[in-house]
Amino acid sequence: MMELNKLTIAEALAGLRSGAFTSVELTQALLKTMEASQKDIHAYVTIDAEGALAQAAEADRRRAAGEDAPLLGVPIAVKDNMNVKGQPCTASSRILEGYVAPYDATVIAKLRAAGAVFLGRTNMDEFALGSTTQTSGFGPTENPVARGCVPGGSSGGSAAAVGGDLAIAALGTDTGGSIRQPASHCGIVGVKPTYGRVSRYGVVACASSLDQVGPMTKTVEDAALLMNVLAGPDPMDATSLDEPVPDYTQAWAGADPERPLAGMTLGIPKEYYGEGLDPEVRALAEDAKARAIALGATLKEVSLPHASYGIPTYYICMTAEISANLARFDGVRYGLRVPCDDVVEQYRRTRAEGFGAEVKRRVLLGTFVLSSGYYDAYYGRAQKVRTLIRRDFEAAFAECDALLAPVTPEPAWPLGAYQDDPIRNYLSDVLTVGVNLAGCCALALPAGQTKAGKPVGVQLIGPNFGEMALFRVAKALELKK
Amino acid sequence: MDYEVVIGLETHVQLKTRTKMFCGCGTSFGASPNSHVCPVCLGYPGALPSMNREAIRYTVMAGLMLGCKIADYAKFDRKNYFYPDSSKDYQITQLDHPLCLGGGVDITGEDGARKTVRIHHIHLEEDVGKLTHRAGCSGVDFNRAGVPLMEIVSQPDLRSADEAIAYLTALREMMIYAGVSECNLEEGNMRSDVNVSLRPRGQTAYGTKVEIKNMNTFSGIHAALLFEIERQRAALEAGQTLRQETRRWDPDAGETFPMRSKENADDYRYFPEPDLMPIALSPEQVAEWAKALPEAPAARRERMMADYGIPEYDAGVLSADRALADFFEAAAKRCGNGKLASNWVMAEVLALTAKTGKALADAALTPEALGDLLRLLEAKTINGPTAKALLPELFEKGGDPEAIVRERGLGQVSDTAALEAFVDAALEANPKVVADFRAGKQAALGFLVGQVMKQSKGKASPQMVQRLLRTKLGV
Repeated sequence: MMELNKLTIAEALAGLRSGAFTSVELTQALLKTMEASQKDIHAYVTIDAEGALAQAAEADRRRAAGEDAPLLGVPIAVKDNMNVKGQPCTASSRILEGYVAPYDATVIAKLRAAGAVFLGRTNMDEFALGSTTQTSGFGPTENPVARGCVPGGSSGGSAAAVGGDLAIAALGTDTGGSIRQPASHCGIVGVKPTYGRVSRYGVVACASSLDQVGPMTKTVEDAALLMNVLAGPDPMDATSLDEPVPDYTQAWAGADPERPLAGMTLGIPKEYYGEGLDPEVRALAEDAKARAIALGATLKEVSLPHASYGIPTYYICMTAEISANLARFDGVRYGLRVPCDDVVEQYRRTRAEGFGAEVKRRVLLGTFVLSSGYYDAYYGRAQKVRTLIRRDFEAAFAECDALLAPVTPEPAWPLGAYQDDPIRNYLSDVLTVGVNLAGCCALALPAGQTKAGKPVGVQLIGPNFGEMALFRVAKALELKK
Repeated sequence: MDYEVVIGLETHVQLKTRTKMFCGCGTSFGASPNSHVCPVCLGYPGALPSMNREAIRYTVMAGLMLGCKIADYAKFDRKNYFYPDSSKDYQITQLDHPLCLGGGVDITGEDGARKTVRIHHIHLEEDVGKLTHRAGCSGVDFNRAGVPLMEIVSQPDLRSADEAIAYLTALREMMIYAGVSECNLEEGNMRSDVNVSLRPRGQTAYGTKVEIKNMNTFSGIHAALLFEIERQRAALEAGQTLRQETRRWDPDAGETFPMRSKENADDYRYFPEPDLMPIALSPEQVAEWAKALPEAPAARRERMMADYGIPEYDAGVLSADRALADFFEAAAKRCGNGKLASNWVMAEVLALTAKTGKALADAALTPEALGDLLRLLEAKTINGPTAKALLPELFEKGGDPEAIVRERGLGQVSDTAALEAFVDAALEANPKVVADFRAGKQAALGFLVGQVMKQSKGKASPQMVQRLLRTKLGV
């Protein structure tokens, strides 16, 4: 018997279209595995079995009536920071317990229109603030491949769901690496689209100028299929951009099967291969480089001279925006409220009880960097450095079609490690935050495993709206199962 | 010591957009609490603002009306503070790149001379919700949250309470004229923060200023200013040092009171709003919008006096309302006699709107029809009483005056032979009146004119009848 939960989107669609199985059967297979995995993997904060089965039955009815749609009947997991009408949406925070979304995020409305089935909501670092999924207000998620390790974060639940065959595919969000890093740790594909490519409307804001929604999938083809549905301008998001949406599955069409990367130049940013890179991670990145050459690509060393300023710049920009974006969680309109006679006291107690330690730390940092007397030295300066970082990428893309680099300095670490060391956690984002600061696109894909069996990925970084090039390279570099 | 009063105003004017600044919710006044709300204006998780272009256009129109420079780069910022009337706990406003810069409002100053009150800038921001406090609990109505407001900031150019009111009156007229706001004071469409200080006359440095917050009636602003000026004067004369503070006007007590002052200065931690793109208006776009901009009321008054030869008083009455001025100008052009048109619009047409309670816009009377009617009067085709009698009908039902006059035979009888017959008959039938007239009773002539008019069924030219009567009576 075929294990339905292990299917890719492409395989699931083929089976559904041929009538090999129904969406209800597929959904049931997933729900069974999901429920069994909750006590150890804990990929989900909410499983909506009833809703998912109803949507699957509806998809089957539509298909029986001769209809089809790009994702008709395909079960998908959604990170807990996207509003799905009628479902809880907590961003894994206690402060949003009890909140039920009154509306669909634009990406959810698009997936719904494409016929997707929503399995449930995946665990994440609280308000996407973290890179291990351990800051979740509802307990950590375990890496389903590198057992005993963190799945990465903040989209750790989505990565674990896809990597552990607990969903056909999932949505994540990437503010400083939150899709690519867990994708790398769980051995899956993850895309951080160009800023403005995918609508942010209805996605609980982490850092507004950095956030993007993207697909987390088992294959490159699946990521392209999802991007076809997600991409495009949205009048509800003033920062979405009105660029034509290509068919991403055509990215690799017509390529020479022997030398599919012929004519392409891949930049090797030397700063991303510096000290502190784990030897096994380095070796797997070198292996990807060698494979790219064998597939016809030309490699060229490039420089991102301001890369070392990425972490401080990112942690100033991001925390500043966090401090304002998280102000609305005040207990007045929704979510947790600790009632008090005095409104200021009510704010204090509600937020003290509702937010976890990492959220508080970042709100405090952000409040500080925007404060009168400190703004110029921190926020103002960081904006200027951000411009320099963006120019670094623009200059690099003048010399190559995409960059090839590791995603994280080291493979997934054990659950519980470094929890008292925020700086160590922050530094692990060093290879991913630059892309968000620059606004360009990136794709992480599996590059192999360490001797201990931990997945390791590499990332391809492209210019604004350069997703097609990323898909072409990724399809060629994709390891056969 | 002789003190000079220095006043500057920050006036919030609600734009009359159909929907809110960042969402599709309606802006109508008086709806039941929290009925015009959505995830965006309630600050729900994940909701984002999307800019209402009409709010930008209206603000630019207001700026053009006040002679401002329209910024080629403007952006929005977040002003961070916790308060239950704020749905996001920050307000979207414009800190340092507002839409309009400079400009001014002309008023008649204290000394009777014209003066220009300079505008510092106009920025666009969102309104907040409304708090209601009851025993033991408080409520928030977010209907107003996200309604677009312009903040028009004046320079400290005003020197008395009267000047402040003259400025606000002119500003209100200009905003109504530009069609950007209803400026309905009862509905809080126009609210001002008033900054006032005193300084010894001749001193250039400003004195310590006091801000009186959120005033929405002109009479209240006037009274508050008079009180505050005297309070400050008395304090200064007593050798006291004034505190820079925010005060509240209590209309019942007729006094201002200090508001609870915070121990630390507010730190709003402004930063650029990442959810909205900066605004870069092209000169072509601004020029396009400027086409729809009406003439400013003061300029229009001057021009109407010159173009139509009407007195300043008439120009003032007619230009007070843009629709009325448009109506007058169209009618005056049609009939070719500005003063006649002015008399008729001010006396007869306004009397009809008052009597029927019907706005000019809702009446069937077109300015062209009024112009035609007045042309018939000018040409003596009809007489005054006929014209006056026809107007209410035209007002209610409309129609072509020339056709009506022709069909009903209302044209004046100016055939001398026909009139002479009526005159002779009247003289013959009223020998006593004729005798009275000859005895010096001038009023008797009026009676005789009336008799002739009656026989002609009102169509005779009264002037001609009078002339014929005088000839016949040998005077």
